Amino acid sequence: MRLYAAVTMSGFRRYATYRVATAAGIFTNTVFGCIVAYTYMALWDQRPHLGGYDLSQALTFVWIGQALLAAVALLGGGFQEELQERIRSGDIAVDLYRPVDLQLWWLAGDLGRALFQLLGRGIAPMVLGSLVFELTLPRSALTWVWFLLSVALAVCVGFAVRYLVALSAFWLLDASGISMMSGLLCLFFSGMILPLNVFPGELGEVARTLPWAAMLQVPADVFLGEHRGLGLVRAFAFQAGWAAVLLAAGRVLQSVATRKVVVQGG
Amino acid sequence: MDGCADDDFIELDGVEKVFQVRRRAGLLRRERREVRAVDGISFRVPRGEMVGYIGPNGAGKSTTIKMLTGILVPSGGRLRVAGIDPSRERTRLARRIGVVFGQRTTLWWDLPLRDSYALVRRMYRIPDGRYRENLDRCVELLDLGALLEVPVRQLSLGQRMRGDIAAALLHDPEVLYLDEPTIGLDVVSKAKVREFLREVNAEQGTTVLLTTHDLTDIEQLCERVMVIDHGRLVYDGGLAGLHAVGESERTLVVDLERELPPIEIPGCRTVRVEGPRQWLAFPAGSSAAPLVAAVADGYPLVDLSVREPDIEDVIARMLYPAGKTDVASGPGPTSLSV
Amino acid sequence: MAESLRSRAYHGVRAYLLIVGMWVRSTMAYRTSFLIMTVGNFAATGLDFVVIALMFSHVGTLGGFTLPEVAFLYGTTSTAFGLADLILGSMDRVGRRVRDGTMDTLLVRPVPILAQVAADRFALRRLGRISQGLLLLVWSLVRLDIDWTVDRVLLVPVMLLSGGAIFGAVFVAGGAFQFWANDASEVQNSFTYGGNTLLQYPPTVFGREVLRGVTFVIPLAFVNWLPALHILRRDNPLGLPGQVGFAAPLVALGCCLLAGLLWRRGLRSYRSTGS
Repeated sequence: MRLYAAVTMSGFRRYATYRVATAAGIFTNTVFGCIVAYTYMALWDQRPHLGGYDLSQALTFVWIGQALLAAVALLGGGFQEELQERIRSGDIAVDLYRPVDLQLWWLAGDLGRALFQLLGRGIAPMVLGSLVFELTLPRSALTWVWFLLSVALAVCVGFAVRYLVALSAFWLLDASGISMMSGLLCLFFSGMILPLNVFPGELGEVARTLPWAAMLQVPADVFLGEHRGLGLVRAFAFQAGWAAVLLAAGRVLQSVATRKVVVQGG
Repeated sequence: MDGCADDDFIELDGVEKVFQVRRRAGLLRRERREVRAVDGISFRVPRGEMVGYIGPNGAGKSTTIKMLTGILVPSGGRLRVAGIDPSRERTRLARRIGVVFGQRTTLWWDLPLRDSYALVRRMYRIPDGRYRENLDRCVELLDLGALLEVPVRQLSLGQRMRGDIAAALLHDPEVLYLDEPTIGLDVVSKAKVREFLREVNAEQGTTVLLTTHDLTDIEQLCERVMVIDHGRLVYDGGLAGLHAVGESERTLVVDLERELPPIEIPGCRTVRVEGPRQWLAFPAGSSAAPLVAAVADGYPLVDLSVREPDIEDVIARMLYPAGKTDVASGPGPTSLSV
Repeated sequence: MAESLRSRAYHGVRAYLLIVGMWVRSTMAYRTSFLIMTVGNFAATGLDFVVIALMFSHVGTLGGFTLPEVAFLYGTTSTAFGLADLILGSMDRVGRRVRDGTMDTLLVRPVPILAQVAADRFALRRLGRISQGLLLLVWSLVRLDIDWTVDRVLLVPVMLLSGGAIFGAVFVAGGAFQFWANDASEVQNSFTYGGNTLLQYPPTVFGREVLRGVTFVIPLAFVNWLPALHILRRDNPLGLPGQVGFAAPLVALGCCLLAGLLWRRGLRSYRSTGS
């Protein structure tokens, strides 16, 4: 256990050293936040209670999205490229023989990364956004706690999805295309470009049950105080359920891939 | 015209490279510091020579090679390769030089080796006849025949290095720069690479400049060695001279049948005894054979092995003669164990 | 000088195509994977427009523009961006090449660096974005009732090509910037992907400061907004005359020249600092 804590710490420190990259990321988050915020203003101007949000809540949704984009790695990235590269180069064979659990090892590192990016790339865009636009921030401290818990679960779901994508490199060799597609799907179905509450009819209902919903829509709704009491428990259960299912799927895929490496020698 | 005489193919006169290193000092303050990676180096290499360029890590070897190839612009001094100023006419020079970076392959990962060569042919506009001739020669000497149709990702490290060396020679470069060409290779691959370089140098008259950590590379390939330390050229001459200057020693490790008092044979000294195993140091320039014979003659020998002096070791001895300075705490190489 | 510039350009393009050919062949080593990726890319980039369509399921107009009009904007910027992305899509790898030292292996070849970097990791699957953009452009043209005059007809291809060139210049400038700040490849996304997202929506949606910024500072408005306003017979929110749309090729040329100069500066800086 102490080993994985150390891996988490080193994941945190590793990303903390990329100061310029962090600043560049904050800049990009802010630019995108502004673009999307303007389009929402045009939309909510005509339909003031679209999706059950008022304009201020809709704008808050935008900036939560920008704040979590890096931490939850909605566009992919983080350990994903590194793992894909190790699979491509065959170095993965070495990892498989190490006396650590491959999935836990990468998860621990990714949690460290997420923690840094939540602080380094989450706070600044949120503050900048709230300076330009009128946002709805939680009034109760407890809501902040629930939000952080929900973000932690979102990170786990995000990790599990990217782990599955990265493992596809065992079969595809060039996994960059599928990574990109996974990133775009995630942007769409997490609510990053448009809140899932705004999705019409059945599409909305389906989208809200998919794992991507657990990565942004749920934490954002927790932040906006949309889930209370039993609804909050249900929201957490939804996230935890997807995390468990996808992590388990990752383990299955990992063992299939391991057998492939052992049999074919990479 | 630079009036470059044919016998001075590479010319360096007081070449310098100064880097500005910015470092964080405190929260916002930044400290600027000058690092003289290459600090006034002068040497000449005649056409057709094979030279070893060695030194501790960070001594300025790579920086020199980067200036010779035109990648980096020198901060001072004069530098000519084949009469060309590399930094000003990088592209023109590129057609006349070959470069192998030991750690970075230039081959195409997912394509057969042959495809990488086809790209080189078209990039360097090598005439068909020449290309076929050169490829055939490389294939034969580097034993690449069976590998040409194999995707590079399936090659071993040694095979890939051989492939990379061939790729650097297809356009008949007049000079070949090799940065650690044998690093990480198995014994057989190392031997093949060395044999090939000797051949290219002898047959084609290609000038070769190589950096290495493996003293055997130098011993088997180069008559001349240049040693660089802290950006300065500290030795330029024959390998024998380097050994003499550095008083380098090889070590014969012998396993005897039982524990015995230190072996006493003229021409060597016993530096360590550990149970039945003893370490005998003898001058690197002399052959191990008579010593082995003497040991086998006078002692109950079970097994033996010869340890080559490490290149950093040789340099350390040369730069910091034993007894004079405390090497371990100095700025130079730290390993002095034999 | 002109001659040498021309021959340099010729060698550059030739080398670019050679390297592109290698990447295409590399991709074809995994043919099934490539096919899946291209189709997937086509569908996935289309999700952007699905979002816009979803918005229009709630409203009749956005910023005063109808769905076919927004589709026209979307189709034009996507095609222009897709062209630049296809040709120069790997410029964000400059910083990484500097960091891991592989930039040096490019510098010892007798071929312009820009050509080598631009061709790096060339991916035919990026055709997915272009075809998706073109498809929507055609759809919008069918649905729109435009009073086609000769200048309006001409302006469409001119807009796509100069738009591609402007985005291309942004890619190159972003790549050059990474010679100084090799961790900052993400800044470039603000102007490439961010610019593309911005231009998918009507200019009336955004504040005047944004419009001024993309008209006069980083002239992304010339990619499609300004020419499109003329084609759609819409007033310029900044009060500029409709004819400014015709300046797009000139603006594109200026952007390319600036980007080229910046690239030279960046490369020179790399060669003197080595980092």
